[in-house]
Amino acid sequence: MSSGTVTADQARTLIGERFSGSTVEGTTALTVTVTPDAWLPFATFAKETLGCRFFSFLSANDWKDEGLEVVAKVDNTDTNLAILVKSRLGAGVTTCASLVPVYRGANWMERECYDMFGIRFEGHPDLRRILLQDDWVGHPLLKSYSVDTPYPPYR
Amino acid sequence: MAIKGPVPQIPVPVWRNFKDLQEWETLHQKRPEGDQHSKAFDAVTEGIHSFPGGFLVTTVADNFFNWARKSSVWPVTFGLACCAIEMMATFASRFDIERLGMVPWASPRHSDLMIVSGTVTIKMAPMLKRIYDQMPDPKWAVSMGSCANSGGPFRHGYHVVKGVDRIIPVDVYVPGCPPPPESLLNGLLLLQDQISHFRRTGKRADPNPKED
Amino acid sequence: MTTVSTTRQELDYAGSERLTMNMGPQHPSAHGVFRAILQLEGETVVGVDAVIGYLHRCHEKLAETLTYAQYPSIASKTDYVAAMTSEFAYVMAAETIGKIEVPKRAQYLRVITSELQRVASHLLWLGTWCLDMGGALGGGATIFLYCIREREDILDLFESLVGARLLYGFYQVGGVRYDIPDGWATKCRETVDLIDQRINEYQRMLEENPFFLVRTQGVGVISRELAEDVGISGPLLRGSGVAYDLRRATPYSSYEDFEFNIPVETAGDCFARYRVRMVEFRESLRIVRQALDKLPEGPISSRPGLKSVAQTRIPKGETYARIEGARGEVGCYLIADGSAKPYRMKWRGASFSNLAVLPHVIPGHKVADVVAIMGSVDPVFGEVDR
Repeated sequence: MSSGTVTADQARTLIGERFSGSTVEGTTALTVTVTPDAWLPFATFAKETLGCRFFSFLSANDWKDEGLEVVAKVDNTDTNLAILVKSRLGAGVTTCASLVPVYRGANWMERECYDMFGIRFEGHPDLRRILLQDDWVGHPLLKSYSVDTPYPPYR
Repeated sequence: MAIKGPVPQIPVPVWRNFKDLQEWETLHQKRPEGDQHSKAFDAVTEGIHSFPGGFLVTTVADNFFNWARKSSVWPVTFGLACCAIEMMATFASRFDIERLGMVPWASPRHSDLMIVSGTVTIKMAPMLKRIYDQMPDPKWAVSMGSCANSGGPFRHGYHVVKGVDRIIPVDVYVPGCPPPPESLLNGLLLLQDQISHFRRTGKRADPNPKED
Repeated sequence: MTTVSTTRQELDYAGSERLTMNMGPQHPSAHGVFRAILQLEGETVVGVDAVIGYLHRCHEKLAETLTYAQYPSIASKTDYVAAMTSEFAYVMAAETIGKIEVPKRAQYLRVITSELQRVASHLLWLGTWCLDMGGALGGGATIFLYCIREREDILDLFESLVGARLLYGFYQVGGVRYDIPDGWATKCRETVDLIDQRINEYQRMLEENPFFLVRTQGVGVISRELAEDVGISGPLLRGSGVAYDLRRATPYSSYEDFEFNIPVETAGDCFARYRVRMVEFRESLRIVRQALDKLPEGPISSRPGLKSVAQTRIPKGETYARIEGARGEVGCYLIADGSAKPYRMKWRGASFSNLAVLPHVIPGHKVADVVAIMGSVDPVFGEVDR
């Protein structure tokens, strides 16, 4: 089976075989939950075996006490297979493997994620803030960060 | 591949309190105390003014200069956000701002007017201040849209300045989100009216001009 | 391709003088507040560091504090040149989680408005891009003034429909807010026909201009592999030879009812992207005509008379809704926790990913080409910085 023609059902079986700790939901658009260790291997697997070469986005969620969760979405533009992959980093953990070696589009996305959540992507070539200034204090999209945080002398 | 950690705490940049801009201004834009004209010029105009009937000369001269100023206000093309699109529409075919003698110009060094069109963020604020400082006197600023007036719908955002008047002095506020070109044109006509109330070449107009 | 190979040779040139040039954030051809720090060797760019974030307006954080009824009109401020489509993504995400039905008439109205919006957005792109390349096109601002003229006609349609010219708040969860007024369909048809003619005129005007061809052909080539890897979408992806259009791949809002073609070019340069967009103009106008013909009767919203801002409650759940905006895949990743406000919203702006390709493409080109490449990417900084 060539990587360009994987359907959703085949993908579900393949993921189940290859990643034992993962769960797969959904019928056409798959939502895959993997362990943090399998984050980078899964991206490589999705690109090479499932043919998901289109990198859509990468972000994170803050689940307060349960810690952070990284989310990424990749697409197969030939078969319209869409995979949303998630991984819970665990409470207090702020490091994650970088996807830049696999998808070049992850570069800016991970910089934004570091900017907004403070997740350190190990293996990223140039991890610095992208939207806010370099001297900004705090990571705004964390639930502990107030939306109306003052910043003298401007606000 | 070498792992590069996150950027640690970097020292606070000097522009935080506009310190470098202040230094820059004293170096490059040094002007007499109180932004006045030279003593000689003031003495001559004062002398003419106090001469019997001399007020006619100064008034006519002021009116002439004001007419010239208000007929060729060149706005710098300074687009920030959504309002910039409406500003472009005002510059372009249908609304044609050149009827008012306003030529959108891409260089602040040749411009008289800054239309702050859009949300001013904390990252943009020092740049905005710098561009405003680069414009030669006399200069004016129009705050276009709710975001520039007060922060608008993004007022509570952590990265948004609550109004551009915290950074530069503003002459005319145009409300709307975004203001349609008609609104902006109205604001620019108000500005022209305000310019015609200038007194004593070079002074900033009274924010609430009184009819004399 | 010649440009790339010649500049490769120049890169081998052993000159030691390297100049750092700052472009922006107030640059007339930057299409907004964008700063590029270019490393130059002579006239050739060898490195680029893109600095964005000058328009970061905290959309994702503010979305957590605004209700499902309030946010769509703020969502229009992400991609403010194509405001209809960005509202669309948000309400579609809320509808997917809440399993809210949208009446057929509302779906068609959504199609009509988002296609008209695509035409308006592409008109603005064509005008500003040609303005950026300026003098080469014989008088620079000509195309700009022409395009704005047509764009104003479409904005007139929106103004009579919604009351606003640029940012609308036309979509709401469950449908649309207003029905079309009397005589709107006729006026819309007239405008569409007029624009169809004028597009031909512009295309002839540009493609018979040798300067235009020189400045766009072979400039800024994005390979298919790079395009998919970085995740660029929309006309850029189709200009690089990938026939991927969400209107066809995952039809939403009754797009399966309409006939349209997906233009694909394989060259991947600025000219290919221009060709793709020129065809998209016609296809969008074609969809508008079909939708006006087939427009069914019925209600325009499944939850009419939305009075209180907190009235829309979405059950617990999460989804990623995506639509084909004027610039590409506009996505909204929404997590609802059962209250009137979302728990988390991630906005996937098409321009963010599209702009991320610049550091890969620009090195090797001349300084003057930077403007042409950036214009062909068509970034909207409200969407890049959000």
